[in-house]
Amino acid sequence: MAQQPTVKEVLFNPVFNNNPIALQILGICSALAVTSNLKTALVMAIALTLVTAFSNLFISLIRAQIPGSIRMIVQMVIIASLVIVVDQLLRAFAFSLAKQLSVFVGLIITNCIVMGRAEAFAMQNPPMLSFWDGIGNGLGYSAMLVALGIIRELFGAGKLLGIEILPLIKDGGWYLPNGLLLLPPSAFFLIGLFIWGLRTWKRNQVETPTFRMAPQVSDREAY
Amino acid sequence: MSSKQESTIRTLLVALTVSLVASVFVAGSAVALKPVQVENRLLDKQRSILAIAGLGDDLSSAQVKELFNSRIKARVVDLGSGEYKDGFDPVTFDPLKAAKDPKTSAALSGEEDKALIKRREQFTTVYMVEQDGKVESVILPIRGYGLWSTLHGFLAVKSDLNTVVGLGFYQHAETPGLGGEVDNPKWKALWPGKTLFNDAGKPIIKVVKGGVDPASPDAGHQVDALAGATLTSNGVDRLLQFWLGEQGFGPYLAKLRQQGV
Repeated sequence: MAQQPTVKEVLFNPVFNNNPIALQILGICSALAVTSNLKTALVMAIALTLVTAFSNLFISLIRAQIPGSIRMIVQMVIIASLVIVVDQLLRAFAFSLAKQLSVFVGLIITNCIVMGRAEAFAMQNPPMLSFWDGIGNGLGYSAMLVALGIIRELFGAGKLLGIEILPLIKDGGWYLPNGLLLLPPSAFFLIGLFIWGLRTWKRNQVETPTFRMAPQVSDREAY
Repeated sequence: MSSKQESTIRTLLVALTVSLVASVFVAGSAVALKPVQVENRLLDKQRSILAIAGLGDDLSSAQVKELFNSRIKARVVDLGSGEYKDGFDPVTFDPLKAAKDPKTSAALSGEEDKALIKRREQFTTVYMVEQDGKVESVILPIRGYGLWSTLHGFLAVKSDLNTVVGLGFYQHAETPGLGGEVDNPKWKALWPGKTLFNDAGKPIIKVVKGGVDPASPDAGHQVDALAGATLTSNGVDRLLQFWLGEQGFGPYLAKLRQQGV
């Protein structure tokens, strides 16, 4: 068995070296949906981080007891219960935000990051380390969401957390907002740019191509 | 993994234990947080009533309570006769619960049920917006089926009982970005000033596709439909026809016209 990773590794590796969105390409759906303003992005980031951390903790605690044949269902039950509790808490203490996030809190259940970490990490590692791994992956997801939220809200609406930063032309300012940034597809473009930037910085994240185009050998046109 | 761990009995046992613990956990949190959530929903409803009455957006919780208590008076109405009904506390009376109970509601036949709500309650709560003891506007609860969900909202009418002050929905589950645009302030801003009834007292307000021609004589009682959301727009149209008609607030509004607001 390989040597166990340290707490520091599981906590900070997912932020840049093994980012769940940028490298593992997981959890894209919610990253598109809730990042049109920073506030919902932050709440979603916190909710997902907590769910991943605690689901990892509980699953790791009972990992020796879970029969292989029903392990996914057991993981799912634990994750779903945690998400329902988070949803209930949001409805009780942040009602208007809960209304804005609507179905996306419930959809944390199906967020591949949570399930992915449960299956890939928590089933093989001790509870506290798994907990930190959940926090770490949550941080990786959060970093991406917050970056998207900042860009989309700042350049799409001229605001951050609802506070005006760039005065809009229609309110007598100078900034013409880019409406596209408020629509989900813009998050796709931004995530693509982030991945490009990250892989230029850290070359080892570049995947080896699955095939290589043969050079053209004849001067005849293809038909 | 050991074979002992994989036996059928053990699998069942683990499944049962996990489900049991998880259900206790979920049920416990739901029960413990319910009072706070109920309070929140009430506040949200009051906030939307105030917004639809044009008394202010983005109010703090304290402001909502204060304004609601000072400016809004709730009355329970008998929808059949159009009379006010005493003996109910309008604060605790829940018309939606009443609509589910066969004792306090009536089933609607297919033809009557334009808003697709299946049952209509006998009594419901209306809200009066008052200023110095005079009624400024009347707020009627409305609801009906859109594409995916029942839209719950309010219609605020001026004291002439014909001019719209505002319309809005506080609860629905229509497609975000399409039917969900019923929440868009720009669309809601189309409603104030529109007229609901013709001279004969028939509801003529209409949600029209393809844009309202401002030069047309009908423009005063037509509102643009939502782009890309025909079924939600139709739902809004139908639910207005229903609630302004004989099965809805027709008798109540007729009484008010006779007796003065």
